[in-house]
Amino acid sequence: MAFVDLMRRAADSDIWYSFKSSHVVVVATVVTLFIFAMAFLAPILAPHTPFDPATLSLSDALKPPVLTGEDGADWAFPLGTDEQGRDVLSSIMYGTRLSLVVGILATIFSMVLGIALGLISGYVGGGVDAFIMRLADVQLTFPALLVALLIDGVVRGLISVQRHDEIALYVIIGAIGLSFWVQYARTVRGSVLVEKSKEYVQAARVIGLSPVLIMIRHVLPNVMGPVLVIATINIGLAVLTEATLSFLGVGLPSTQPSLGTLIRLGQEVLLSGTWWIVIFPGVTLAILVVAVNLMGDWLRDALNPKLR
Amino acid sequence: MLAFILRRLAQSIAVLLAVGLVAFALFHYIGDPINAMVGQDTSMQEREELREKLGLNDPAPLQFARFIVNSVQGKFGLSYRTSEPVGRMILERLPATLELAFCAAVFAMGVGVPMGVWTGLYPRHWTSRFLQAASLIGVSLPTFLIGILLIMIFAVILGLLPSFGRGNTVQLGWWTSGFFTFSGLKALILPSITLGLFQLTLIMRLVRSEMLEVMRTDYIKFARARGLSNRAVNFGHALKNTLVPVITIAGLQLGAIIAFSIVTETVFSWPGMGQLFVQSVQFADIPVMAAYLLLVAFFFVVINLVVDLLYYAVDPRLRGGMTTASARGH
Amino acid sequence: MTGANAPLLEVRHLRVEFPTRRGTLVAVDDVSFDLAPGEVLGVVGESGAGKSLTGAAIIGLLEPPGRIAAGEIRLEGERIDNLPYEKMRRIRGAKIGAIFQDPLTSLNPLYGIGRQLIETIQTHLPLSAQAARARAIELLKEVGIPGAETRIDHYPHQFSGGMRQRVVIALALCANPRLIVADEPTTALDVSIQAQIIALLKKLCREHRTAVMLVTHDMGVIAETADRVAVMYAGRLAEIGPVRDVVKNAAHPYTRGLMGSIPSIGERGHRLTQIEGSMPRLTEIPKGCAFNPRCPDRGDRCTRERPELMPAPTTQAACWQYDPAGVGTKARETVDA
Repeated sequence: MAFVDLMRRAADSDIWYSFKSSHVVVVATVVTLFIFAMAFLAPILAPHTPFDPATLSLSDALKPPVLTGEDGADWAFPLGTDEQGRDVLSSIMYGTRLSLVVGILATIFSMVLGIALGLISGYVGGGVDAFIMRLADVQLTFPALLVALLIDGVVRGLISVQRHDEIALYVIIGAIGLSFWVQYARTVRGSVLVEKSKEYVQAARVIGLSPVLIMIRHVLPNVMGPVLVIATINIGLAVLTEATLSFLGVGLPSTQPSLGTLIRLGQEVLLSGTWWIVIFPGVTLAILVVAVNLMGDWLRDALNPKLR
Repeated sequence: MLAFILRRLAQSIAVLLAVGLVAFALFHYIGDPINAMVGQDTSMQEREELREKLGLNDPAPLQFARFIVNSVQGKFGLSYRTSEPVGRMILERLPATLELAFCAAVFAMGVGVPMGVWTGLYPRHWTSRFLQAASLIGVSLPTFLIGILLIMIFAVILGLLPSFGRGNTVQLGWWTSGFFTFSGLKALILPSITLGLFQLTLIMRLVRSEMLEVMRTDYIKFARARGLSNRAVNFGHALKNTLVPVITIAGLQLGAIIAFSIVTETVFSWPGMGQLFVQSVQFADIPVMAAYLLLVAFFFVVINLVVDLLYYAVDPRLRGGMTTASARGH
Repeated sequence: MTGANAPLLEVRHLRVEFPTRRGTLVAVDDVSFDLAPGEVLGVVGESGAGKSLTGAAIIGLLEPPGRIAAGEIRLEGERIDNLPYEKMRRIRGAKIGAIFQDPLTSLNPLYGIGRQLIETIQTHLPLSAQAARARAIELLKEVGIPGAETRIDHYPHQFSGGMRQRVVIALALCANPRLIVADEPTTALDVSIQAQIIALLKKLCREHRTAVMLVTHDMGVIAETADRVAVMYAGRLAEIGPVRDVVKNAAHPYTRGLMGSIPSIGERGHRLTQIEGSMPRLTEIPKGCAFNPRCPDRGDRCTRERPELMPAPTTQAACWQYDPAGVGTKARETVDA
């Protein structure tokens, strides 16, 4: 329903016009789609499987990228290899896949959490509302990165290191998800408060519809527009947060590297002049985040200039 | 005025207590402080005695009160990782972080505000379009990538600036400063730019949009209609009106700078609190995490308070209570 | 200086355009009028008729992308529509003052009114800070602000709406301008205060021999204040003439409709009339006379040729009725004779 509504608004507004006339956004969309395709088709497209030790050979280690024309460059490894002989291009494709999976799942998690808390907060009101909103206030005092780091640290305190590496993916999704719920909750709560006082909701109450049903049937569709805009913008942020956590060495382990992990591993050997190990994942991450942000910005302006 | 400050103070203390509660909960329920203090071969009985002595068997509210009192005095217990007093560990690393954050903030404001004013006044000029586009990339790029890029260019390729550490420092009492040696100042350049760049672009974009907004207001139109010079209109009237939101965001960003120094310090092996925090997260060193959390919360609260006071200084509408009521109606 | 009877302001064939994505909008189209020294000219019309933009064009503050596309504006005989920004700036405030609609938003909230007065005075007059402050207090007294000596240090939010508009008037009068463009100066005020402000404006302008271009949609204000009235419709002048004649014996059908819709002006016992339809959008101005689709006296000539201002019995009106050749064949009989 919300989607149809969104599309109707899209057709009504100048959205399609502004999309076509904004070459930057078209390019950003194409680039994003390309990166998504590269990432999710990695098992088919990637020339190597970099995380299978059996396929690695140290004699392939530290090959420079083909385009440099340096000695040892090999077309089998177009972007060179790292010190363990892993193909940089394949690592990037698999790494991007992990980054995107984390980014998207974390965004969905924070969206669901935020919507749920926002609905409860707005509909129940009173002490529950006050508690959730104060919690939001306190959390907003800290940057999301700090919250995610803290959550990660707490989990590490609760379980063993080995166990942590195994479930690192879920920990990081949870940590990022928990650091981004506030914006959704506030938006949804605001909308619930507006809708709650409207007559059709009062009427639905009087005829004895359950509050849960009222919220889902009547209130939710009204907030899906802004919520989806926030989500689009947050995917970029979530990917960025994951990359930063992994870069700091508290995200995904080196056995399961995302783009951020690859950059961290690359930076460790940067001073020895093997720039390609860090630059290519870095450029990929930069392009991905800029493209997603451009799309998010445009979507926000096109759908609702007031959100600015 | 006084009532306002008191109210804000009370709110600040409430936030600090809430954060303190979180920190205490971490302390109390995750990991075992005894493990950090004793050897493997300590008997259960000895451990239990130590527990009793440290008051770890007291009721939770009492422990929380004790935790708060200790925190205020800077006593955060011993690190699980190094068994050093956490307070001292943090104090040793505080100057490095604060000097870095200070330079980054000066860089962000000193460059960001003029750029924002320029792009706000001349939005159609090609330099403004360029800066606006560049700033979008600046906002999007992760801090650590910028740092790595700067290291690539200025340390690896050009060999001009150091890529890690603080250089030589000077001891001023307990404070170690990098401001007084050439190598210390050189070492500050890349990390400060890395840390400040995001805030710079944010402040620039904010000043720009505020400037555009203010330039459309009636009082700017009226100021022009009064024949005031461009300088008087742009800087006398417009800029001051953009200050209120800019102060808010800049204040919040100062907090963000301290938090994001975590990343910059890791990139540049900067021996500050951020690096300490990352290490403590990796090792689940709960006392250090809790102390860092409290300290950062304290900084944030102080910054917010200063921001509120600055509002007061800038905006007369918040000050004059006497005839404000009569402004409505006749 | 020009002769005593020469007009202070001459507007000739003024055309203001707004280039937009969907083509160029003509917001003011071929407007010409004069203003004598000390004269009060009321400019009326519905919103969007181009009256405010005409005022903005005269003070040289059209919002981009709006621009003067044709015509000229002369002040005391000298062209001011094509002056470089810096020269025009020295005329604004000094020779042409301006008053805007909303006194609540016309003053910078962060500065005291004294500072705003003094900076304006010092921009245009070679006065010391002390002398400028003395003049500022003088001006505040003149616009009727009680306790001017202390009030000068107050901030805008400490004044009521009516008091703020008095401050705005004082600001406009800082350098004794020859002309004041007042754009809806009373619209945002309470009715009870409107009359005071209008009376004040009228008194001050008489004393200083300042001409006023009073832009408003309030015919009551016009009838009370103006010497002459210009009626605008869809960016064009429909009629211009002495206030009494335009109110009592309007020549243009649009003006008649406008007057018929005002209770205080129509005679007692008369039914109020209303003009059918609404003003066209600037993108859809009809051919010929812009008013023709709504005009009860329309002829076929009105849909083809655009009428210029021409002498009507007591005023000047842009209507073919007053052309010797008439409106042409009437498309329909008028309902009431």
